[in-house]
Formats: sequence, C-alpha cells, structure tokens
Amino acid sequence: MPNIRNFSIIAHIDHGKSTLADRLIQMSGLVEDRKFRDQILDNMDIERERGITIKSQAITLPYEDKTGRTFALNLIDTPGHVDFSYEVSRALASCEGVLLLIDAAQGVEAQTLANLYAAMEHDLEVIPVINKIDLPAADVDRVREEIEIDLGLDSDTAILCSAKQGTGIEAVFEAIVHRIPPPADNNKARLRALIFDAHYDPFRGTIVSCRVFEGCVRPGDTIRLMNNNARYKVEEVGIFRLAKEARKELCAGEVGYIISGIKRVSDTRVGATITLDHEPAPAPLPGFRDIRPVVFASLYPVASDDYRALADALEKYTLNDAALTYQKDSSAALGLGFRCGFLGLLHLEIVQERLEREFDQAIVMTSPTVQYQFQLTSGDRVLVDNPLYYPDPTTILQGFEPYIRASILLPERYMGVVMELCTERRGVNARFSYPTVGRVEIRFDMPLGEVIYDFYDRLKTVTQGYGSFDYDLLDHRESDLVKLDILLNGERVDALSQIVHRDGARSRALRICNRLKEEIPRHLFKIAVQGAIGGTIIARSTIAPFRKDVTAKCYGGDITRKRKLLEKQKKGKKRMKMVGAVSIPQSAFVAVLKSENE
Amino acid sequence: MKPLGTGSDDLTGHGGDRPPSAGLYVHIPFCRQKCPYCGFFSVPSPALIRPWMKTLLKEILLYEEGFGPFDSLYLGGGTPSLLSIPELTRIMTHLRAHFQFRPDTEITLEANPCDVSPEKLWGLRELGVNRISLGVQSFDARALAFLGRRHTVRDAENAVRHVKEAGFDNISLDLIYGFHAQPLQSWKETLHQAVSFAPAHLSCYELTIENRTYFGKLVQTGGLSPLSPDEARTCFLITSRLLEAYGYTHYEISSFARPENRYARHNWKYWRHAPYLGLGPSAHSFVNGRRWWNVRSVRTYMALLNRDERPVGGVEDLTESQLRLEAVALGLRTREGVATDRIGPSMEAQSRLSHLTDAGFLEICNGRVRPTRKGFLVADYLPAYLC
Repeated sequence: MPNIRNFSIIAHIDHGKSTLADRLIQMSGLVEDRKFRDQILDNMDIERERGITIKSQAITLPYEDKTGRTFALNLIDTPGHVDFSYEVSRALASCEGVLLLIDAAQGVEAQTLANLYAAMEHDLEVIPVINKIDLPAADVDRVREEIEIDLGLDSDTAILCSAKQGTGIEAVFEAIVHRIPPPADNNKARLRALIFDAHYDPFRGTIVSCRVFEGCVRPGDTIRLMNNNARYKVEEVGIFRLAKEARKELCAGEVGYIISGIKRVSDTRVGATITLDHEPAPAPLPGFRDIRPVVFASLYPVASDDYRALADALEKYTLNDAALTYQKDSSAALGLGFRCGFLGLLHLEIVQERLEREFDQAIVMTSPTVQYQFQLTSGDRVLVDNPLYYPDPTTILQGFEPYIRASILLPERYMGVVMELCTERRGVNARFSYPTVGRVEIRFDMPLGEVIYDFYDRLKTVTQGYGSFDYDLLDHRESDLVKLDILLNGERVDALSQIVHRDGARSRALRICNRLKEEIPRHLFKIAVQGAIGGTIIARSTIAPFRKDVTAKCYGGDITRKRKLLEKQKKGKKRMKMVGAVSIPQSAFVAVLKSENE
Repeated sequence: MKPLGTGSDDLTGHGGDRPPSAGLYVHIPFCRQKCPYCGFFSVPSPALIRPWMKTLLKEILLYEEGFGPFDSLYLGGGTPSLLSIPELTRIMTHLRAHFQFRPDTEITLEANPCDVSPEKLWGLRELGVNRISLGVQSFDARALAFLGRRHTVRDAENAVRHVKEAGFDNISLDLIYGFHAQPLQSWKETLHQAVSFAPAHLSCYELTIENRTYFGKLVQTGGLSPLSPDEARTCFLITSRLLEAYGYTHYEISSFARPENRYARHNWKYWRHAPYLGLGPSAHSFVNGRRWWNVRSVRTYMALLNRDERPVGGVEDLTESQLRLEAVALGLRTREGVATDRIGPSMEAQSRLSHLTDAGFLEICNGRVRPTRKGFLVADYLPAYLC
C-alpha cells in the first residue's frame, strides 16, 4: 500500500485546524473553488458556531507529488473536547501520522502538548506545522525554540505555512507523503477494521466510518461486529470524497465507509472491530471501550402535551448519537420526561441544543448529577443517579461518590489559582510533574460531582485558556452526601433537587436561590425561594411582586398594538414551567447550572 | 370596590358579549399646537382644514353602504372644537345624508376649554351634539404649564360652566395625573374640583410616556423621569377610591361614570369588539373580525382619496384565537369583565383563574370574570397569564 497516507490534524483551539483542513481539501483539487464551503469537515451548525468539532469525519484527498506519483491521503478529523477524548483516541489509532499545528503568534500551548502526547501514545509520526506565519505578531524563531524545548521535536523539520493565505501548503502535502509511513500491507490477513465514527443517513441507515487494518471487505460480505457479534450484510463500501464514492472493496490501509443495513448508530460502537463472519479474526483490535455515561440529567418538555414529540425527537436523535442513553422519567413538577446519560457536560449541552434547534423541542433540563452509591441499614447498596431516588436519610449508613483522577496541564504561573480551584472543589492527593520547563502537570483526586458543574469553564477562566483538562474515573469513595431541595413558596421543585456534599450545601443553596431570584420574573405575589435539607431551610431569597402593570389608554389604535404585545408575552409564557402558581422560565433551570463568576 | 348596580346588561343595553350597535368615529387631525404628551395623530396646520374636509366627504361616500345604523358618533382628534360651526355643520350634514343614525344616538365632541364660547356651544347643540368631552387635564396652574396646555385654570372652570349653561347634561372631563409636577395633594384637589361640577363622566388618565412624543424624547435624554410604579399605583388607587366615594362607578381603567349608565357609549364599543367605522387620518375601524386603519398622514390621506382610493394604511383579519385574546384583554380592562367561558377550559387556565380570584385580582360574578380594583392595576399582565 505505498500510495496511501492516513493522518490527522491536531492543534490547540484556534490554531487553525479547520482552516488548514479546508485548504488541503481545496488545493487537492477535490472541489471547485466556487462550491467551497468554509470548514467543510464541520458539517453541523453547532460545530460551526462553537468552532469545535464534535463528530469526527474522514475525507480522501487525491494528490500527485512532484515526481508524478499519485496518492490517496486520508484526512481523519478529530473532535476537540475532553468529553470526546475516547473518540479522539480512536481517530488517532486509525492514522500513521499527524500534523501538529502551532500558531506562529501564540506558540506552543497546553493542548499542543497534550495532543503531542496523545499522538506519541499511538506511535504516530509527528510533523510540526507552524501556521499563521502571515500574522504581524508571528514569531517563528520563538516558536521553533518552543518546539525544540517544550515539545522535544526537531524544529528544522517544522513546516511554515499560512493556511488562510494558502502559502506553504505544498510543503505540507510533501511532508505528508514523504514523512508519514504508508500503512502496512496486510491484505491477506483476516478482516479487521476499526470503527472511528458512525452517522445516520435517513435513506441508507447507519454509515460506519472505519479504517481497515487487515484484510478486505466487499459488498455482499457478511460482517460481524466483534463487540456484540451482530451480523450484517454489506451493501456498499466506499471512500469519502466530498460525497460518498462507492468502491469494489476496502482493503488494508484504507479509510472509508461501510453501509450494511445497520439501522441506528447506537447499534454500533466507536472503537469496535469489524471482521468477516465466515472468517473471523482471532482477536479484535485493541482499545475497545463501551460507552459509559458519567453525567445524568432529566429532560422534560416545557409543555406537558409535548411529551410524545420529545420521545420521537430523542429516538431520531439517537439514530445519530450512540453516546446518549435515555429512559422514561417523571417528576411532580415537570411531568413526564426522560432520564438521560451523557459523556460529559459538553455532550449534555450539545444534546440540549440540538434537540431544541434541529428537532424544535422546548425542553427543561434538570441539574446534572453523577452516579452515587448508598449503603443502607438493610444491607443493600443502591445506585442513585437521580436525586428523586435519594433514599430515606434515616436508612442511609454511608454515601459514596465517584472520584476521578483529574490531570491538568498548565503553564507554571497559573499553578496557584488552579490549586485553589481544585482544593475548593474538594480535590485531594495532589501530585505534580514537570514535563517541560515552565509547564506543570497537576494530578488531583476529585469528586466527579464537583467537576460536572462548571469546573472546566472555571479552569479556562483562571488560566486564561492555557489550562487543559482530562480525567479518568477512579472509584467510589465515602462522602457525607445530602439532598438539597429548592422550594418556591414552599413547594419543592424536584427538578432542581441535587445531591451534594454537606459542606458545600449551604453555599450551593444560596447561589441557586440568588440565581433564581434573577431569573424568575416578578409575579403578582411574593415568591419565597428556599434551599432546604430535609426540613431545615439553609438558604433563602425573595422575589418581590410587581404591583402595577397597566396602560391608561386603549382605544381603536391601541388594540392591535396591545394584542401583539400579549401574543409576545404568551409566546414567552409557553417557554415557562409552572410550579404551583409560579412560572419558571427555562433559562432559570439553565442558570442554576452556570458558574457564579459568569 | 363598589359592585355594579344591576349587572352587566345595564352598560351595553344588549347583555353579555353580544355586540352592541355600530359606532362612528371621525378623526379631526388638527391642533393649534402639539401637546408634549399626546400620541394621537394631529398636525398644527389649520390651513389644511378646508382641503381636508373635501376629502373627508369623499371618504364618507366610500362607506355609505354597509354600515349603520349607528347609535354613537364621536368627533375626536386632534381638536375638533377648532373647527367652526359652519365647518362642523358641513360634516354633520354629510354624515346624516349618507349614514343612518338611531334617534337616541350619543354624539360626542372633544373640545378644548379655549374653544367653548356660549355661541359655539349653542351651535353645537343645534347640530345635535349631546355630549361634550372637555380636555380640562387639571385645575392646577403648575400642572397645566407642565402639560403645555394653552388654557388656564380659569379657562377650564369657565368652560365647564358654559357647557353646563348651554344645557349639556352629558359632560365628560379629561384629566391627567401621575407626574412629579403635580403632587398628590394637588391631584386630589383637581379631583374634588372636577366633581364639584357634577359631570356625568370623568376620564382620568395616568400620564403615559409615549416614545414618539416630546415627553418621550425628554425621558430618553434624562430630562424627565416618570413616577415609580409604587407612586403611580398610589395615584391610581386614590383616584379610584375618591371618585367611588363620590358615587362614580370605576367602570374602566381610566373611566368613571355617575350614574353608571352614563358610561361612554362610543368608547365602550372599542372594549366590546362592537363594530365601528373610523373616518379621517389614522382612524381605526373594526367589523366582523376585520380591523383596518387609515394612513397616519393628512397629505397621503388626501392624495389617496383624491385618486378615489381608500386611505387605508393596513388591514388585519383576526383569527379566532386572536379575537379571544383581545376579548379577554379588553374585557378585563372593564369592570364588566368577560364571560367566564372565554377563559379556556384547560386545567391550567382554570387553576390560574382560581389563583387570581383567591389573590383578589379577579372576582367571578353572574357568569363573568371581573377585575377588582387591584386587578385593574395589573390589567396588562392578566390576559397573557390567563389565556
């Protein structure tokens, strides 16, 4: 397979990954300029808006080098957030090399380093690329020095380019072709293909993106997913150009897609190995991990009669997102809804946004929580991932909460503030290492429940964006857990209940009370907002009533105007949730989750 | 708050939400000068009166068929009293020639206190005008100065006297309150003085700052500050209590009648979705769920009519749910309220309704949901909450 190269682009945020990808696609001649959409790989609106890549995708670029040899270059895009680190690792596992992109003005950043480690873990050829050399603030010499010192790479091998202006792109192509090793030629072996992405197509079903490591797969073959032994008949294989392009076969070293009657994306797993049913490989490729939701929250329709519509939307949504798990749930305040499991907070936000935007669902989401364990006097040990099912406190012997090993990479100068942040979030057992001069890696054992709120946002704030964060789940540890309830005029809003550590309960309660005071509009009557543990009120705020809302005149010309105002008001009301006589705007449920410093 | 004497039927004479007879409005869009608070359409160009009248007569012809008979005619503005008796006679003659009026039609003319000489008043009576709405605004010199009125307190007092002496027994006084230049005590004195003339009707408007007025601009630039909601609330409550103590019925947010059958028959139509035809620039019309409004420019109005086109600036056809929302919104601005069945039957609507009655904003009486005095104060909030 001498003419195939499989690579990824990895970079710190904003260092120009999407721009470089666009430029490579454009210069490869795959697409005419006038058809060119910016950032072609990020094809979902949210990704475009947030500038992050959620789903990885691949594209095969034709390239002819200076000597006239033709190549197929497979660019595999990677998601850029800690929630999706597993997807990233599977994308990298499908490559032989990476372009490590560095901003010529910003230099090496924490994520650059983390990305480098990830690439090295997969034994990939790393090509440093210094981008944005056209910027007035570009300082190539300094960046070269950082590449030598911070990354330990040979800076003479770095390629200079400006993806925006299109300079140096030729050199990038040459490096891909001549420095990244070709994939191993294993056509004769039994089929092993790694799934690194899957997406749903309403006409074709699930389209699996995979890298073939060994053997070949052809239409008509019966394939088997080695994680669950499900069998499917292959309808079509092919590669990704701008659109799918069918091929006779996909063989070792190639990157492409398989369509095989898999109905929903959740029937597949990123990281799973595909083999042939009649000639299975003896073992799957290494690194498979099943989806493990770590954050849980409930979704409710704002209007209770929209429950059916939400159920349909979720079903459709999961056609394309295997990571979201859900089951029926109900709440006294919010009616029927769904309890959902997410990979992390970003995943949660993305699901919420996509349900609202693409499926036009007005939803209320409850406070996210992790999975707690309680040892009861009866001898049972129960798992609780929903505050609604917090056991009767008199029956609890001990509570346990999940801990993670947080690993934070940052420039040394931010160590103080990060340490403070971590200890505030009950981090213990701090360990330090200094991978390079001026940079430090801090490891903490921390309760996951402290991280899911706003830890990542806060970390980015206190380190001005320089801190990177990753975590592994450790174990469950004993913890003094209580259930914090929020009451509006004495009525419990079960959707706002949370399980928290006793020490943090009061400040959390106070913060929520104040947040709700800002978010809930004035009513005709006074509203008491209270935080309570059991029967004890631990925090309180009051929303004063409005006492006058009337305009003096309403004659012929005023009526239409008035009605339009009322219609607007009514529309706003539709997005409110009633608890007792209090209408709570959807924004209030979101606001209680946000950082206090925003 | 005083209950309504004999139930809803008295006010409309038709009962329930059944629409009463049609009303006719004529907008006379001329003033000597613009008042700094007034958002109604008018121009200070008396020279346009004559050419405009010609086109008004053309507009009358456009609607000759299909409307009426009317039982109310309202000459508003602007300042209709700016027109001379011969001019008004021409309009009235035309209206009578092309429209049908019931014998007991209420004919109201809005008048500026400066314009009501005894002679003019006699002329108006001859024309059949039987109700005068007098723009007194205040009996306090400082308040009048603040409001930029050209009449004095004495002018106002004389005007009321002349109107009464001319034999008008259906008099309405317009008053404005709720601004810092008129302390609460002064407002109360204005009310006492107004009542001393025993008018059948009082319109007490809280000063509303409208963006397109001079006051609106002043507020934006910080040159004027409106009352706080609490201060405005106090003024409203004092007004209501004081006038009810004098025997007036507070039958609409800003309207008081004594006895209660002297409610403003024409205005009532606006609040009941009764059919009405509006003539003149910026006038609104409503019939069978369709509302349209004339252009807000004298010149465009004239130009269109001179081309034999309707001077209409916009039309809307209300859907069933829009009609319902309006009916509730308008109804809850009146003491008569709305029929209970206009509030949706859903559990949620019913629980909100009972919440509002429990809290004393609304009361249910003879199959109608009515705002209390406290409910009047939040009348803009209630409909969206209930519907």
